[in-house]
Amino acid sequence: MRLDLAHILRWIDPGSRVLDLGCGDGEFLQLLRDQRQVRGTGLEIDDDMITAAVSRGLNIVEQNMDEGLSNFPDQSFDTVVMAHALQAVHYPDKVLDEMLRIGRQCIVTFPNFGHWRCRLYLGTRGRMPVSRFMPYHWYDTPNIHFCTVRDFEALCYNKGIHILARDVVGNTQRQPVLAGTWPNLFATTAIYHITR
Amino acid sequence: MNTSTDSQSVGIVTPQIARFDQPLLLACGRSLPGYELVYETYGELNAQCSNAVLVCHALSGHHHAAGYHAGDDKRPGWWDECIGPGKPIDTLRFFVVSLNNLGGCHGSTGPSSTNPETGKPWGPDFPALRARDWVHSQALLADRLGIDCWAAVIGGSLGGMQAMRWALEYPDRVKHCVVIAAAMKLSAQNLAFNEVARQAIVSDPAFSEGYYQERGTLPAQGLALARMVGHITYLSDDAMANKFGRALRSGTLDQGSDGDVEFQVQSYLRYQGNQFSGSFDANTYILMTRALDYFDLAREYGHDPVAAFSQATCSFLVMSFSTDWRFSPARSREIVDALIAADKPVSYFDIDADGGHDAFLMPIPRYLTAFSAYMQRVGDEA
Repeated sequence: MRLDLAHILRWIDPGSRVLDLGCGDGEFLQLLRDQRQVRGTGLEIDDDMITAAVSRGLNIVEQNMDEGLSNFPDQSFDTVVMAHALQAVHYPDKVLDEMLRIGRQCIVTFPNFGHWRCRLYLGTRGRMPVSRFMPYHWYDTPNIHFCTVRDFEALCYNKGIHILARDVVGNTQRQPVLAGTWPNLFATTAIYHITR
Repeated sequence: MNTSTDSQSVGIVTPQIARFDQPLLLACGRSLPGYELVYETYGELNAQCSNAVLVCHALSGHHHAAGYHAGDDKRPGWWDECIGPGKPIDTLRFFVVSLNNLGGCHGSTGPSSTNPETGKPWGPDFPALRARDWVHSQALLADRLGIDCWAAVIGGSLGGMQAMRWALEYPDRVKHCVVIAAAMKLSAQNLAFNEVARQAIVSDPAFSEGYYQERGTLPAQGLALARMVGHITYLSDDAMANKFGRALRSGTLDQGSDGDVEFQVQSYLRYQGNQFSGSFDANTYILMTRALDYFDLAREYGHDPVAAFSQATCSFLVMSFSTDWRFSPARSREIVDALIAADKPVSYFDIDADGGHDAFLMPIPRYLTAFSAYMQRVGDEA
């Protein structure tokens, strides 16, 4: 299981209603159903991912977040999750607003562009970073809105979004301490538990 | 053509007839004294009677959904792409029931049947039907077959409307509701096309106010015209362009043609119309289009689809097709949105297909794969 998903799991109440935006093949929703007895719905746009998720017996709605989420009523889910998709949507700020309208609480994870490797790559080569975690070129990447840990927290501050908890994933064994202390430098993935 | 070598066919099937002698009270206030339903079944009902699937047909459909009636039949049942061993509605797992709706013209009691009170064909005096009447009669057939609860009720187009009505009328008798290329009610444009079709029929002098059977006439021309109009709405602009384009059947574009038929699409529509008028009953067509016109899922729930779906206890699968303009993806999304707002489990797929409304009958890989994946779950929960 992806590390960020293991972190999120503990913030989900048993038996609650969860909306997973960009649910992929449904791995996380299945985990929530099997371990937390969650009633989940997933949003996805990739045909093969949808089929894979449906094969797990999950409820999947084919819908593009960039075209809005207005069909989901206010406060209709306990938790709205968006894992590794914030950087790929057209209007991340608007999607965050919508998530917080639909869910009592939300969980967002994203790759931290402030990580020292990104900074080093850009600083020394003068080019957009390409790595194992960010395998695309600037012109063909689906990740059109990269941000850093500090960028995200500044947005939350400006929007009056309350950060309930922050968690980070580093990329080696000894970095949890570093990533916890200096997340903007050492976190590869940032995980936020937020509410209004 | 031949079934014996096709491992994905249900093979030769024989229709059966269920006779009901208890009067059926209809939505219109009248009641049908007694009636027959013709149906087919595919697969085996399991010991718990928990693997039964009901297939509801669309406007011009019937009970013969899969397999062949005889070894030399040219074409299999109308939904053979989706029903059979290893197909989405897998007959190795499910016991599939497919019937001809009441009011039909393929063996179930309808306008061309004899009215026991007069000894003459019902004709235009056959009672008006609503989708709920079909659902009630289907429930009585389920009783007859020993099926308390369907693993799934499935339908495309008008069949999808019946499936939704099932979910509201008999919530404890449906576990999954599969709604394909349907809508919660018709738009003004839909109503308009149906009206053109009906006018084509009634303005044919041979229609004889609907008493054509008694008078020995046949409104073949009107029925063919009705089908031609309907058929245009089943296809997409793209599908027609790909299939016919502006290809000519005779003559040249420079000088036109002295012949009757010029463009290929004309020939195709006439063929479809003539085929249909030879196998369908005009009064049934009028009755079915009226049932379609008056279908409005949420009318009795204060016109609130969310309140309507709050009655349901089943899970839903909704599917639409990108080029369907008769019941467009937007109509399906209305269903999905109401289900979400009603906190019902729902999956929705919008299938990219150029086949228009008729795409639901076609072997489109993504459609069959996604449909199969969902039916796998239905089987697991049965």
